[in-house]
Amino acid sequence: MTTYDDRLAAFSGRVLVERRPAPDPVNVPMIRQWVEAMGDANPRYLGEQPVAPASMMQAWTMRGYAPTDASAGAFEELVALLEEGGYTSVVATDSELDFHREVVPGDHLSVEEVVESISAEKRTGLGAGRFVSTLKTYRDSADEVVATQRWRTLRFRPAEPAPEAVLRPRPAINLDNEFWFTAAREERLVVQRCADCKALRHPPGPCCPDCTSFAWDTVEASGRGTLYSYVVAHHPRHPAFDYPLLIAVVELDEGTRLITNLTGATADELTVGMALEVEWLRADADLTLPVFRPVRPREH
Amino acid sequence: MKVGDVLPELAIPVTRTLIVATALASRDFQDVHHDPALAAERGSPDIFMNILTTNGLVDRFVTAWAGPAAVVKKIKIKLGVPNYPGDTMTLRGSVTAVNSGQVSVEVVGANERGAHVTGLVIVQVP
Repeated sequence: MTTYDDRLAAFSGRVLVERRPAPDPVNVPMIRQWVEAMGDANPRYLGEQPVAPASMMQAWTMRGYAPTDASAGAFEELVALLEEGGYTSVVATDSELDFHREVVPGDHLSVEEVVESISAEKRTGLGAGRFVSTLKTYRDSADEVVATQRWRTLRFRPAEPAPEAVLRPRPAINLDNEFWFTAAREERLVVQRCADCKALRHPPGPCCPDCTSFAWDTVEASGRGTLYSYVVAHHPRHPAFDYPLLIAVVELDEGTRLITNLTGATADELTVGMALEVEWLRADADLTLPVFRPVRPREH
Repeated sequence: MKVGDVLPELAIPVTRTLIVATALASRDFQDVHHDPALAAERGSPDIFMNILTTNGLVDRFVTAWAGPAAVVKKIKIKLGVPNYPGDTMTLRGSVTAVNSGQVSVEVVGANERGAHVTGLVIVQVP
């Protein structure tokens, strides 16, 4: 039985790319583009008798954006075989160019590429992959070799990106409301109470809106209430939330209302006035919040 | 030019535009060199410089020092960490051999995360 490794090994020594001519002869406009982009001010490249930058060798025979030679050659065969093995990404790792002569405008180059070796699977920083080593030979129109290039690419399986922990937005905690979030971390739903007139209030604030007293304490809520109002948010989306997101105003049995999320129900199951009870959402290590769910019908 | 000579450093600010402009000048239309979203899908945090450009910059670095009469005989490079937008790659080099007019220069181009390229360039000088 032929193994995957055998099938890959069979490519060694094979011509990967049959001799392919460059789409254009060496020319000044492409040299100009190159030296401008590279920031290369060497006067030889755009002078009276221009020569092409040596490092530009490979560029002349690149297939470009919309290759017209859609041949199903050995190269495509190898790429397909590598993809079958899950090696869908590619990055070049080594290049060794040896120049036999300089090339000048008018030279019509071609390239031929032969596989030298394909490595066993290696673990790399990018993911598990195989190194494909080839030899490219560049010739002029008189068949003279102008340069060779030992070329190595890593064909790899992209490592799964570590799931990025997207946290809920932090509540704006201050001296006046800190007690409420601290209690929530302990899974206690509390309501602020005026120490003088005993009126309950929410959201927390420094001063009683009824009697203007600054003295306050808290009472623990029963955790039961009713649905006062709600919206269903579809957009815009924040990555920390699941959508559609149910956002409700819940009226506690104690009489105050709070804005919260609903869980354990879909939007079409909601009716204003329905009975709800608290459930605790441990959003992350630093944030626990009350959410509400419909009261489950009692058994029996 | 003698063994031990040190080339003047060359700092290349790696802008997004440089990465794209040089990729296109080298006829390299691989999406990882211009499309950040597709680069991410392929396991890269951003677009990155293509190897043809690394060759071009190493070539520029050495020939700017060796002068316009120099003829490049060899450029051998090995890539390390990628060059991403916002990096600065500093190229450093020194002469390691001189044989009958052929000058060997060892080159390292490093960015904030380490060596992007290590290589050897040989130029023929008159």
